[in-house]
Amino acid sequence: MVTYPRADALGAVGDPTRRAILACLAERPRAVGELANELPISRPAVSQHLKVLKAADLVSDRAAGTRRIYRLNPIGVSALRDQLEMFWSRALAGYKDVVEQPTKERS
Amino acid sequence: MTETAAAVMRSQIVVEAPIERAFSVFTERFGDFKPPEHNLLGAAIAETVFEPRVGGHIYDRAVDGSECRWARVLVFEPPHRVVFSWDITPQWQIETEPDNTSEVEVRFVAETPGRTRLELEHRNIDRHGPGWQALADGVAGEGGWPLYLTRFAALFNEVS
Repeated sequence: MVTYPRADALGAVGDPTRRAILACLAERPRAVGELANELPISRPAVSQHLKVLKAADLVSDRAAGTRRIYRLNPIGVSALRDQLEMFWSRALAGYKDVVEQPTKERS
Repeated sequence: MTETAAAVMRSQIVVEAPIERAFSVFTERFGDFKPPEHNLLGAAIAETVFEPRVGGHIYDRAVDGSECRWARVLVFEPPHRVVFSWDITPQWQIETEPDNTSEVEVRFVAETPGRTRLELEHRNIDRHGPGWQALADGVAGEGGWPLYLTRFAALFNEVS
């Protein structure tokens, strides 16, 4: 159930520049050039960091004309989804036990 | 993997019980099968109350009398369907902004007179997304990583 890419996530966010990139993307999706303008690093450096963040599933990108727009990956959503999945699978298993008890007796 | 797919969680289970019983156990005894560690209260839970009407709440009551309302009942159609909001943030705190809450629909389908299929859909999970905003704050602040990422990390700490 746990996928490997996420295991890279903490390493990916361990770098201050990458955290700054994530913070920028948390405000709104941005193109590489925009990120390079806002951060004290070169465009190739931004691209390099984005590659790491993307490999860790923390950001995703899409083409917009000739540019690529980066945004925080809904992995945050996926992480929450995983939590909820765990919650509901346990709840429903417990529910089945309760509903199939022949009488009201409870342990 | 689209955003939409990530924002919906579906689960189902078949139980050996008539639909009426399947429905009533789900709504009346929720506290008996809810995983106990998911507790938003400071104290131990005495009971979970599911108010059986639209506009009602699902809430936990602690042994010390405090209450925590973590869901609003949006649809209540015994014995077929119930829908409630999920007013719990990714940090497992009460979400007070309705726009940031997700939704749970539970449908009961009679497979036979004595067997019922429960279909659960937890949707609009991405509405909790503004939790990511905490990332910007967390990076700027001294408080270390926001809870969101701590929780996120905990998901794979178990296996690594």
